[in-house]
Amino acid sequence: MKKVLIIGATSAIAEATARLFAKRGDQLFLFARDQEKLATIANDLKIRGAQDVYTGVYDASIQQDNENNFEEAIKQLGGLDVLFVAHGILPDQKACEVSIDDTVKAFDINATSVFAILTHFANVFETQKKGSIAVISSVAGDRGRQSNYVYGAAKGAVTIFLQGLRHRLAKSGVQVLAIKPGFVDTPMTATFDKGALWAQPEQIAKLIVRSLDRKKSVIYTPWFWGVIMLIIRSVPDWIFHKTRL
Amino acid sequence: MLISGWGQYPYAEAEILSPVSSIELQQDFKDGKTTVCVARGLGRSYGDSSLSSTVISTRYLNRFHCFDETAGVLTCDAGVSLDDLLGVFVPKDWFPVVTPGTRFVTVGGAIASDVHGKNHHNVGTFCDHVLSFRILIANGDILNCSPSENRDLFLASCGGMGLTGLILDATFKLKKIESSFVEETTYKAANLKECLALFDEHNSAIYSVAWIDCLKQGKELGRSLLMLGRHSDKGGYIDLKKTVPSIPFNMPGFCLNKFSVGVFNSLYYGRVREKIQERQVHYSPYFYPLDGIENWTRLYGAKGFVQYQFVIPKEAGLEGMTCVLDKIAQSGAGSFLSVLKVFGKGNDNFLSFPFEGYTLALDFKVSTRTFELLDQLDAIVHDYGGRIYLTKDARMSERVFKKGYPEWEAFQTVREKYGVLGIFSSLQSRRLGLDVEH
Repeated sequence: MKKVLIIGATSAIAEATARLFAKRGDQLFLFARDQEKLATIANDLKIRGAQDVYTGVYDASIQQDNENNFEEAIKQLGGLDVLFVAHGILPDQKACEVSIDDTVKAFDINATSVFAILTHFANVFETQKKGSIAVISSVAGDRGRQSNYVYGAAKGAVTIFLQGLRHRLAKSGVQVLAIKPGFVDTPMTATFDKGALWAQPEQIAKLIVRSLDRKKSVIYTPWFWGVIMLIIRSVPDWIFHKTRL
Repeated sequence: MLISGWGQYPYAEAEILSPVSSIELQQDFKDGKTTVCVARGLGRSYGDSSLSSTVISTRYLNRFHCFDETAGVLTCDAGVSLDDLLGVFVPKDWFPVVTPGTRFVTVGGAIASDVHGKNHHNVGTFCDHVLSFRILIANGDILNCSPSENRDLFLASCGGMGLTGLILDATFKLKKIESSFVEETTYKAANLKECLALFDEHNSAIYSVAWIDCLKQGKELGRSLLMLGRHSDKGGYIDLKKTVPSIPFNMPGFCLNKFSVGVFNSLYYGRVREKIQERQVHYSPYFYPLDGIENWTRLYGAKGFVQYQFVIPKEAGLEGMTCVLDKIAQSGAGSFLSVLKVFGKGNDNFLSFPFEGYTLALDFKVSTRTFELLDQLDAIVHDYGGRIYLTKDARMSERVFKKGYPEWEAFQTVREKYGVLGIFSSLQSRRLGLDVEH
């Protein structure tokens, strides 16, 4: 049985992952903004086999001191094995291009808030010299593209932050996992047309749990996004600029 | 988006809404954003039951709410699949009282189709074990329905093909099991008469179903394997983790023909060497053999296929069934999977399919010849006082429907009373004259 703390627990990928934790009888502490929805999810996870499920309020769009809440949560769990950070928004790229506010806000929710969380928990894990940190980044952070560079910039920043943290925590034996999903069919992407490259949150969840167990560092989910992004990263600008990606 | 039912026939253009909560959905209805729509779970109804201009997917309404371990009573969202339910509850030694032949149906779909299983003769349909559900109707109200509360809406919604509103969550019973296994006994029957006699002889069996070779004529007409089952008390809990083979693309339509089906049938029948064979099997292949092959419907080719399941009264029995099987064998249209079963007593739900008698489920690939054959079968079924299963139907006429389901008028009265007429509506309901075309 593991003690797992999830931030952004009402997101589709987080919920699907939490169900897998629940199935193996883990103990969960869930943070999210929408408490009504969170209570429903907590209830569901208990029936699915979670040892205990606790919930707390976390809102990435409000700058506030969450440290006490996090400490309380660790106390309630009686320790911490896994931190899973899954919150985020998909900003409207076009709206961001004409609004400094929107651009900064999107970056704060997707990146700055994650830095704040990780800064706190890195010290917890570094002290206890064990455990796993898993954060949802995105393939969008691999190369800036005209269609979503505001989102991509934040995710890219998260990836680099995790890279550095992994370096720092390597000597403490703490796993730092960056998860880079491609297109995932969730409420966040409800308005998109879905093609063959789209994955279901359940698929991503399975890969996350497996990668945690196998102590991986960076994963593309599903795997073929690793290949796609390798190509996208390698295309020279003079060709890249002719695409509408 | 272009969507179809499980039979890949027909296809229709639909806007798909995937509400993340019943509150969000309720608001949409209160705001009058939703006009003509029908709910869709995993899209396992074969024909056009879940097709409409707007389709409301229950994919995100998939949570368990509470489970009473002493009574075995579960409350969960309508979008919870039996697959999910089995994964959570079989390890705790609980099993659905009634399960259809696939685990990829949702609880909402099971209610709307009032599905039956191999134990209908003992326990009735899925809805016979539903204690209550909540349903969203056109004006945005959410109503509790049970056999005593809003009884008319309960009777109309159980088996009501989603035409009475959108079922949000349901409370129903599970039953206790002792292991993941089933003790299966297979009897070989040389013809239909033998098969029906075996059904009679074993009417106390918990589960019973017969696979029937539809291509045989004359003395061998209706040669079959009767498969009985009961939950085992040995073997404990085992999760069957197998990689599921998949049919990667639509096979050319000619692959399934009289000869290939004939070969398959002979092998399948010949596989059982003894007159009586006993073995222990895992519940998964026992109840859900076809779930073992992903996208099996692609075997029928890109044109898709139609399922045809009818029931005729017990007294029509051997004569009626012989008449139907004769017709099919003569046509040479190979039905790959033909399943015969004895139904117990029907229930009071207005459009529920089962009543006491014999039911046969067949499938045919889509062609003009198939449709001609099915029209002829309709006439026979009709003459013997039978009816056709709406969940599998994609082509029945309004006349055949109304004759087979005499309570359709009571059903319409309830729809009108609750203001859902013409709002919760599908291609099927329009074809069957329950709603008007737009």
